[in-house]
Amino acid sequence: MSALIQLKNVKKTYRRGKESITIFDGLNLTIEQGDFVAIMGPSGSGKTTLLNLLGGTDRSDSGEINFDGERIDGYNEGQLAGWRARSVGFIFQFYNLMPVLNAAQNVELPLMLTKLSAGKRRANVETALKIVGLWDRAKHKPKELSGGQQQRVAIARAIVSDPKFLLCDEPTGDLDRNTANDILGTLQQLNQDLGKTIVMVTHDPEAARFAKRTLHLDKGVFAEVTQ
Amino acid sequence: MTDFDLVWKNLFRKPLRTILLTVSIFMAFLIFGILTSLNVALDRASESGSASNRLVVSNKINFTQSMPYAYINRVAAIPGVTAVTYQNWFGAYYQDQRTSRFVGFAVDPETYMAIFRDEARLTDAERQAFLTERNGVIVGKSLADRYGWKVGQTIPISSNIYSQANGRRSWDMKISGIFTGAKPTDPTTAIYFHYDYMNETITFNRDQVGTITVVTASPDQNDQVAKAIDANFANSPAETSTVDEKTFSRAFLKQAGDLNFIVTMVVSAAFAAILMIVSTTLVSAMRERTKEIGVMKTLGFSSPRVLRMVLGEAVLLSSLGAVLGLGTSAFILTGLSKSPVGSNFGDLSMSPVVALTGLALAVSLGLVTGAIPALSALRMSIIEALNRG
Repeated sequence: MSALIQLKNVKKTYRRGKESITIFDGLNLTIEQGDFVAIMGPSGSGKTTLLNLLGGTDRSDSGEINFDGERIDGYNEGQLAGWRARSVGFIFQFYNLMPVLNAAQNVELPLMLTKLSAGKRRANVETALKIVGLWDRAKHKPKELSGGQQQRVAIARAIVSDPKFLLCDEPTGDLDRNTANDILGTLQQLNQDLGKTIVMVTHDPEAARFAKRTLHLDKGVFAEVTQ
Repeated sequence: MTDFDLVWKNLFRKPLRTILLTVSIFMAFLIFGILTSLNVALDRASESGSASNRLVVSNKINFTQSMPYAYINRVAAIPGVTAVTYQNWFGAYYQDQRTSRFVGFAVDPETYMAIFRDEARLTDAERQAFLTERNGVIVGKSLADRYGWKVGQTIPISSNIYSQANGRRSWDMKISGIFTGAKPTDPTTAIYFHYDYMNETITFNRDQVGTITVVTASPDQNDQVAKAIDANFANSPAETSTVDEKTFSRAFLKQAGDLNFIVTMVVSAAFAAILMIVSTTLVSAMRERTKEIGVMKTLGFSSPRVLRMVLGEAVLLSSLGAVLGLGTSAFILTGLSKSPVGSNFGDLSMSPVVALTGLALAVSLGLVTGAIPALSALRMSIIEALNRG
């Protein structure tokens, strides 16, 4: 397997008023193609900051962030936006669907950033919704769907443009156990059948069991690795 | 789905709010459409029938006050004056003075026709008939159409100012001709009849004239001639005020006040109020959507694209209200121009310039009201947006 993501000596500090808070002071991480990594750790350990850096929604102060052999830490805002659209699928804890759009339109959103024809877009949306088992709800607005169904639509939105990399921020944090297991099963399937590389931040050890390995982050340092 | 679809769906996210905002903008553009078109029509009406080498002499106190008939020859004798004619406001109406009032002047047919030949176009036969028929009257085409008048017909024209010695308030007048304007848009809602016919029969204000129209040798001499005329009658019981014809017409048509100023103030006040309402509402609407903007940026929508969408929404909202407002005002103006009062202004329909100015104003209103939420969306970092929502 080759490395899809590599963080080398990444440093990140936040300023809160006059106080300076160091989150990472030389963090290193390698995630292979096709990996499914769960990241766990207590609040304030740096999980969300790591997720933001991996997804290109935040910038490191120094160090290298490589994606598929390309350094992305030097990209400007526009380049990062384009890279995110091409390469990363995002799944949030609270789904973050657009309430004014139906399921199919929500899934189509990332395709608005591509040059695909209307017909090809429709086909991709159908495929993505069928993968998550919600094609029959394509015309439903988010408020007409259950939490689990909304998260499935969010997964369909994340995979519709066929990115290599999925970033999940507590994807089951707002769901009951059974629904959570369904969603995690879907993620596992995407990893195993479609070869998607997944990084998932979670507080839930049960959820982490669906990943191939779990990294425990504590005070900005990987403390433990569970296979 | 296109960016426009997304903008449209976001605009109608809360239909009641959007409808109320559209109605506010609609009202502003309704006011703009009607008042501006009225102002344009007044300008047009004051320009039609005005020539650059013509002056109007009126009583200095007010043009409703008259001047002695003898002034005519004294004005004609002033150097630089090539022709004069005179007219008296008659306060004309037909049958019912509440609903059928129109512009009516008693004039000296010969000198009047010599000066206003182009503005009141008649056939040679009609002109000849008007010059020779003592009780002859020429009527504008719009007016003739309104009342179904025909050449040769005798009609009773009443005055809300004068009455005859026998107590009658109406004069029987024979229609010598029906005149058209120099341009199709010129108002043709007036009548002109013989000064002598009126002067001989009225019970007061005899041998008085309302205004004297003066033709100068050239527009360059206007100032000099105007000063000479007014100087000639200085310190007399009826001092004069002489201005160019366009200025006089505009003043005459705008007896209610400075319409330009009133229109500007009313339209500005309406737009200022709408600006505050719409921008405050849009800022609050965008605040509700902070998280969604964060999500769109996370998915890869660039900040300038998000800015365009937010601005697009504001412009779409204002354009929607503007199109409805301008459309409705065009409809009202069409109806108004057919009414007795409106027809005095000539063509009241909304000109393309007013419509285009309105649309440009709508786009500007959208850009201004959308600027704050759009800039805030542009600047907002993804993390801040996702955490705040």
